[in-house]
Amino acid sequence: MGRDDEQVDSMEIDDQKQQQLEAPAAVPEGFNTDYLRVYYGKLFPYGDFFKWLCYGNDGKHPGCDQSYVGRREFSFTLENDIYLRFQSFDSATELESSIKEKCPFKIDIGPVYSVDPSKRHAYAQSGNNVFVPVERELIFDIDISDYDDVRYCCSGADVCLDCWPLMTIAIKILDTSLRDDFGFNHILWVYSGRRGVHCWVCDSRARKLSNEQRAAIADYFRVYKGGENALKKVSLAGPVLHPFLARSYMDVLKTFFEDRLLLSQQLFSSEERCQKILDLIPDENVASEVHDKWQGNRRSSISKEDVNVTRWEQLKTTLQSGKHKAQGLRRCVEEIVFSYTYPRLDMEVSKHMNHLLKAPFCIHPKTGRVCVPIDPSNCDDFDPAAVPTLSQLLGELNATGFKTDSENNLERTSLGKSISFFRTSFLHPLLKACKEELESAYNAKLQQSKNSLNW
Amino acid sequence: MEIVRSHRQVAAAAAAAGGDGGGAGALPTYKAAPQLEVRLEEFELFAIDRLRVLKGISDGLSRGKRPEEMEKLVSELWKTYMRHQDPAETLNKDIISHFVLRLVYCRTEELRKWFLSMETALFRYRFRLESPESQRMLMTEFQLPYKALPHSEFEAVKDKLSQVARSIGQSANVEHVFFKVPFEEVPDLVASRRVFLSKGYAYVAMSQVVSLVVTQFRCNISKALALTNRKWTATIKEQEKGRLTPIVEALSNAYFGPDYSQPKDTVDISLKDIDQLAKSSFPLCMRHMLDKLRENHHLKHGGRMQFGLFLKGAGLKLEDALAFWRAEFSQKVGSERFDKEYAYTIRHNYGKEGKRTDYTPYSCQKIISATPGVGDHHGCPFRHFGEENLRAALNKMGVGGHALEEIMDKVKNRHYQLACTLTFETTHGVSCDSGINHPNQYFSESQKILRAKNQTMESQSQSAT
Ligand code: SF4
Ligand SMILES: [Zn+2]
Repeated sequence: MGRDDEQVDSMEIDDQKQQQLEAPAAVPEGFNTDYLRVYYGKLFPYGDFFKWLCYGNDGKHPGCDQSYVGRREFSFTLENDIYLRFQSFDSATELESSIKEKCPFKIDIGPVYSVDPSKRHAYAQSGNNVFVPVERELIFDIDISDYDDVRYCCSGADVCLDCWPLMTIAIKILDTSLRDDFGFNHILWVYSGRRGVHCWVCDSRARKLSNEQRAAIADYFRVYKGGENALKKVSLAGPVLHPFLARSYMDVLKTFFEDRLLLSQQLFSSEERCQKILDLIPDENVASEVHDKWQGNRRSSISKEDVNVTRWEQLKTTLQSGKHKAQGLRRCVEEIVFSYTYPRLDMEVSKHMNHLLKAPFCIHPKTGRVCVPIDPSNCDDFDPAAVPTLSQLLGELNATGFKTDSENNLERTSLGKSISFFRTSFLHPLLKACKEELESAYNAKLQQSKNSLNW
Repeated sequence: MEIVRSHRQVAAAAAAAGGDGGGAGALPTYKAAPQLEVRLEEFELFAIDRLRVLKGISDGLSRGKRPEEMEKLVSELWKTYMRHQDPAETLNKDIISHFVLRLVYCRTEELRKWFLSMETALFRYRFRLESPESQRMLMTEFQLPYKALPHSEFEAVKDKLSQVARSIGQSANVEHVFFKVPFEEVPDLVASRRVFLSKGYAYVAMSQVVSLVVTQFRCNISKALALTNRKWTATIKEQEKGRLTPIVEALSNAYFGPDYSQPKDTVDISLKDIDQLAKSSFPLCMRHMLDKLRENHHLKHGGRMQFGLFLKGAGLKLEDALAFWRAEFSQKVGSERFDKEYAYTIRHNYGKEGKRTDYTPYSCQKIISATPGVGDHHGCPFRHFGEENLRAALNKMGVGGHALEEIMDKVKNRHYQLACTLTFETTHGVSCDSGINHPNQYFSESQKILRAKNQTMESQSQSAT
């Protein structure tokens, strides 16, 4: 502890005494072990974090499974790229001291195994106990770089406010379906720190899903067919859409496409972009009819309307006009909208219990941003560029000087809001539900053994 | 089940076994091994006939046949190999052959997986052919305690149910009997969006009940296989050393085709030859992935698995495999990230990490039934490419003209492996009677042909000098 303080103190001296012009608390941008040590020392919310993963089993109730949390795999990636898998912890204090000691650049959370993962070799020798994953949150990983063929503002790991709405769409669609269709309640959305979002579905029902059931859910969300080489990427067969797709289209995709992406991505602004959309029309004659109309409006550029809007309207009227109501074409407008907006999941991550996923409240080493929770009901307002960075947080800490109490430290920084959201909107309702389930499962078991005694 | 050498009358025993083997009528559920005696000859013959059925199903699935086509195929296969005039005999054969194959296919993970999915498919299509009464009886037998949805509840969701029905191309007139079940119990219906979901429940139509039953069936058989495996290794194998064990071992090779997990007759291939070999002997799916890997210096998970295991099967050693993948990936993600995030799976594929089981290279059937997503390059080009892309890819292999049209024709009829076989024949100028059913088979047959050609050329040039 004392060492941490010293290091930061010396940092303060360097930065502040030399550049008095800056706001007194400014800490240079960046990401390094020293910064990280302060973060882990003063800010990381060990208590809430660990409480979450106990799922109520840390209580006094006789139905609690005391071994539960200790069978959870954590994995640490250290500064020099050393990768420590199969770490496990029995208490928040153990977790805290290990993180403080090792100062991992990344913390991943794995499944709960049948036995303590750090002792798996010992068990393997004793026979009987097989080392297999038994529980795991249902997780989703959505990455903006998978959308490179439908965004023109950025590519790869970059993201801006023009393409971030693609993530907003994904959150809205999945969150609604997970709640309304699948009946889940305890869902945590987290900014991945750089280029996407992670979703943790934590209901006990979700944690107990088999791989096959996970794959079924992932497939329920899948509309992309045929991989990179199939011409048509989205295929919506059938004369009407499944209620889930219909709702997604009406409530989210259509509006986002027409009101946001059409303009922000300039989807029809060049010959090449137009061609990409024409390629999605299965009938060549119709495609060339649309193309002709577009040519027309290029010559008579009197219209004050935005070219993207005009062309989209022209495409819609052509495709939906009476004479093209043929099967195949009927779905085409929707297919185009889906192609440009519908969530793209990393299916493998969701399908298997033993995938690791980065823990919330980690810091992304490239951006220095905290992996903060995102409130799905206010996800429209989420701005990745406004997420606190490590140096910003340290600056905020410096501004008021350290207290030893980490609770207070937290609340004084801009991370405070995120933590209190995590606590009140996610953790508390979750723990309440866990407690109820624990008790009712326990009572049912008591009842059962009573009955069998009566016989 | 007791196995005897003597010729005994078994029909009567089988009739009695109807109850034991489980099953409401013609369709048994194989819950417990029947208490009946089996003659040793029948032990083998029955098993071979059932294997023919299962193999037929596996071929049908790998051709991407639709459910209705599968239904027809299964009923024909069954009629050809299993049906006897006397229903009691059929039932007898059905039960015996199932239990024999359980013994045959319980022994490795790969065998169990294959058997489980083929038996499940067989059961699924046979169930669809049963009468509604017998279907209901089977539901009871599987202890699926669902009551039909009460009228008031039905009315409330009727519109949605009809929307789902239309979305999968059925008439909007909704069926009237629905069951409301936790979605977890009908994963296949959820996966294909063939049910309406609300608050964690799936609304399953009477005509879809097969899914519920199949889930249950699959789960029972899967557990039973694990149990049989334990018994096999613990006692049966040793006890039956002189009698059943050799038959069982022979049976498992009878139709399953060779296992390419361990390169056998193949020579090891070395790193510097890969591009050359790809040009001469890789099937299209693997060439494509090599091209993409060289181009993007990256392949997604599905591609790494399919291509990585293929290379292993073709004889690329672990050290070379690591070097191969590192050389590409490090150009994109850097070698540190490669070592940290990707090397593990490669070692894993070679059984050096994790469970340490050897992973088997994927068969065509498995590759064809994959569902590659955006950015994925795995899968079978014959199935997953659009027409234009496929034509271009075949052109690049030097296939054109009449042969190309013939191949495209096979593709249109969804005979992907036949299309691949034709491609093989065109590029090698040799016929391939066994057909292509494994990318590693494609590779090794191609190598065999090329080696033979080289030898004749050598001997010719020798005799010339
Ligand atoms: S048929 Fe088999 S070998 Fe040929 S391309 Fe398809 S998957 Fe590859
Ligand atoms: Zn952008």
